[in-house]
Amino acid sequence: MGILSEQEAKAILEKVVKLSKADECSAQLNGSITGNIRYALNSVSTSGIVDDLQLGVQVAFGKRVGTATINEFDDASLEKVVRRAEELARLAPENPEFLPAIDKQTYKPSETFDAKTAAIAPEYRADVAAACIEPCKADKLVAAGFLSDSQSFFAAANSKGNFFYQKSAGADFTCTVRTDDGRGSGWVARNLRGIDAFDAKKEIAIAIDKAKRSVDAKALEPGKYTVILEPAASAGLISFMMFGFDARQADEGRSFLSKKGGGNKLGEKLFDERVTIYADPWDKEAAVIPFDPQNDGLPRERVNIINKGKVEYLQYSRYWAEQKKKTAQGQPGNLIMIGGDKSTMDLVKSTKKGILVTRTWYIRMVDPQTVLLTGLTRDGTFYVEEGEIKYPIKNFRFNESPVIMLNNIEELGKPVRVGDDESPFVMMIPPMKIRDFTFTSLSDAV
Amino acid sequence: MDRRDFLQFAGAGLGALLLPVYGRAIAAEELLSKVDVATKKKLADAALEAAKASGATYCDVRIGRYLRQFVVTREDRVENVVNTESSGVGIRVIANGTWGFAATSVATPDAVAKAARQAVTIAKANSRLQAKPVELAPVKGAGEVSWKTPIVKNAMEVPIKDKVDLLLSVNAAALKAGASFINSTLFLVNEQKYFASTDGSYIDQDVHRIWAPMTVTAVDKASGKFRIRQGLSDPRGMGYEYLEPKAADKVTLPGGAVVYGNSYDMVEDAVASAKQAQAKLKARSVKPGKYDLMLDPSHLWLTIHESVGHPLELDRVLGYEANYAGTSFATLDKWKEKFQYGSDKVTIFADKTQPGSLGAVGYDDEGVKTQRWDLISKGKLVNYQVIRDQAHILGLKESQGCCYADSWSSVQFQRMANVSLAPGEAKLSPADMIKDIENGIYIVGDGSFSIDQQRYNAQFGGQLFYEIKNGKVTEMIEDVAYQIRTPEFWNACVAVCDQSDYRLGGSFFDGKGQPGQVSAVSHGSSTARFNGINVINTARSLG
Repeated sequence: MGILSEQEAKAILEKVVKLSKADECSAQLNGSITGNIRYALNSVSTSGIVDDLQLGVQVAFGKRVGTATINEFDDASLEKVVRRAEELARLAPENPEFLPAIDKQTYKPSETFDAKTAAIAPEYRADVAAACIEPCKADKLVAAGFLSDSQSFFAAANSKGNFFYQKSAGADFTCTVRTDDGRGSGWVARNLRGIDAFDAKKEIAIAIDKAKRSVDAKALEPGKYTVILEPAASAGLISFMMFGFDARQADEGRSFLSKKGGGNKLGEKLFDERVTIYADPWDKEAAVIPFDPQNDGLPRERVNIINKGKVEYLQYSRYWAEQKKKTAQGQPGNLIMIGGDKSTMDLVKSTKKGILVTRTWYIRMVDPQTVLLTGLTRDGTFYVEEGEIKYPIKNFRFNESPVIMLNNIEELGKPVRVGDDESPFVMMIPPMKIRDFTFTSLSDAV
Repeated sequence: MDRRDFLQFAGAGLGALLLPVYGRAIAAEELLSKVDVATKKKLADAALEAAKASGATYCDVRIGRYLRQFVVTREDRVENVVNTESSGVGIRVIANGTWGFAATSVATPDAVAKAARQAVTIAKANSRLQAKPVELAPVKGAGEVSWKTPIVKNAMEVPIKDKVDLLLSVNAAALKAGASFINSTLFLVNEQKYFASTDGSYIDQDVHRIWAPMTVTAVDKASGKFRIRQGLSDPRGMGYEYLEPKAADKVTLPGGAVVYGNSYDMVEDAVASAKQAQAKLKARSVKPGKYDLMLDPSHLWLTIHESVGHPLELDRVLGYEANYAGTSFATLDKWKEKFQYGSDKVTIFADKTQPGSLGAVGYDDEGVKTQRWDLISKGKLVNYQVIRDQAHILGLKESQGCCYADSWSSVQFQRMANVSLAPGEAKLSPADMIKDIENGIYIVGDGSFSIDQQRYNAQFGGQLFYEIKNGKVTEMIEDVAYQIRTPEFWNACVAVCDQSDYRLGGSFFDGKGQPGQVSAVSHGSSTARFNGINVINTARSLG
């Protein structure tokens, strides 16, 4: 039920749009089949499959808007959902920022679907769990992990003749390995567009190695250090910074991109010139659908967000673009940061003294004025000297701004695909060596 | 959903509505209707029978109807009014000593029977990776019973126009008082939950919650500086009566800040927010160092939540959350030796029965009657929070009733009870407490928060910070965050105000689990004093 073909989706959406008696009507259909397996203490704890299909309808009478959704698809239900939306629209106050539905658009398809990933069966999930649990059991280690995979589709239509349909698939794997005495902890994560190249046995070896190496961590004094951040360690900070790229927030004076005296910092160089971050729905490794559901379905484009350190893009909602005489476009669904060819370990090799950080955790905004973020290192933090990992160190709390961090770059490595629980973006992030990264206290947590 | 997701949602349109967690949007009057109990019992019995016939040794069925209403505004306009409903049936079984779960949105006897059989199939398939069979603490069947949040005025029955009018008057008051911007929101939740199990329970519950957050921003364009002051309301397990202010629930603190108890004056707080946001623009930046902290309940709830509530969840202690939320420093050996978690002023209790709290229900999501129990008694660690398949680990004969699922389609698991700091026994008001603080900071309202995966090292901000010198508030200060190591922090607690100062705070969207689930939980306390806490300065320059 969760996955409809383009023809099936189009038939439902066209029927819905036709049923509406409002001035205009937009409808969206999204369906997914998501499977997961969760394990802890070397044993499966839960696993399941969720099959979901939903229809959302938004109608407008003048500037009054109503929205309703439903998960039944017979003719009576389609009629019901349209009438509900119309009823809510009549009750709603006028929205002075309302804009009419978008005209017919052209969407260039992106490669978001992978047939093998879409075909993952319960046995495959159990095999991944077993591949992680078995070597841990044999080595006095304890595995806790999660594999989630999904196939989905998204379709939209409106009364101006616009239509979009695309299928997607993906998987996300994380596993934490701890020594059975709780003195060591390692972690591995892979965010996957396709499972072809995924080998759980190979991946779990990374977490096992980090768990064993992290036993008996030494305490270093908090302070400013050169750090080698694995891609997963910096992704959360960079993603958090993107909240400040909303043009309206910046123009209103409440973003780090607001300008003293009014206006915004579009066009200003705020980062090291090696920092280039762009969005591209058609990127081979990090493709996303070219339709932006958050901006009324405007097509996503390839945009340079930061180019050689210069801010070249702010996100304009349709309303704010109209106010500021700008062109609105779909907001980015991915973040791709340019790097070099080196691996994380290559960056370690070129480091005289520093700290290697596997991942960061519980990142929260401390001061939106400067994007000062706090959070902690976790599951594998090591001291590096003369190009070698010398010994494990206790975890640190950091208080650092990604804006400052991206001005203190020593070296960038080869970007890899990263997913983040708290980020709306698919990301390609390089490992990076950063000087003067600010750790403010020690944590005893393993 | 954490705060970031909430903020994203609040500003979004149709696209965000399609997130499955919100279910389908419905007309306002449908929020008032209910499914009759006899229909639900028939449906539940179909699932229980099918599960048993397929080889399940235990089965529970949750028939859920989750209703939500959001009214989202900024300045002089309504951004969104949304009604959603999500309903369906979740079935959990034990077969071959292993849990299995399946859910369906189709509420017919055939569909739920099919889902029950699917749950048994999943349980049997996973039993090959099961280390040892599930051991369930016994529960006596409750028979056919019901429970309802003791609300005075069902917020779902209040016309949308009244809610819109309230929020727009709040916004107008803030703007008139000098705010540059204001976002205000009303969140209403009604969970209509029916639970049935092979233990012989048929439990019908009607749970209500309300939250009215606002964010007020003051911008000084000339300097490029901006400051935010969030509202000081608390999410509550109450009806619309929470938003009808009563003078008796208003508390004026030393230094002049106003906080609220069992009702909230949102307009008054909007005016204060606007003035204080402007004052924050000009406030002196804190000098880092050691201070005695005086923490108001509007702030302290979050510190209790992070540094006591989470580490004393037994599933975390055991390692079930190791891959995401983390484990806990409060290991079983510490419990056995009655670890000195805090000073003798610190008694912290869990309570799923507290009226007005977010976590109050009659029975949890595995049919266990709710209760109150001590977690920390006069500083010593004495207990955890458990569910049925964990009780035997502590030698308990029954579960404490901490099981919860955020949807019919989610698997229920251990979630935090309301965890609260008991008021001090001796008479003590905030005005008395401040008198002998020589060098301190008074913190009101919750702000930035972050804690490590074993709950040792935490950092907290706040909304309002006041310097205390020689027993008096001197001035507002800014850029304050304090860093703690959990046991040292609670052992630095030297005084807790008495019952008359006891107030609730709480989280509407506490996240846990993979896939992630949210729950709502309250934390009560009276104002408490902590000596010699490390305060950092969070001001930075971007050049």
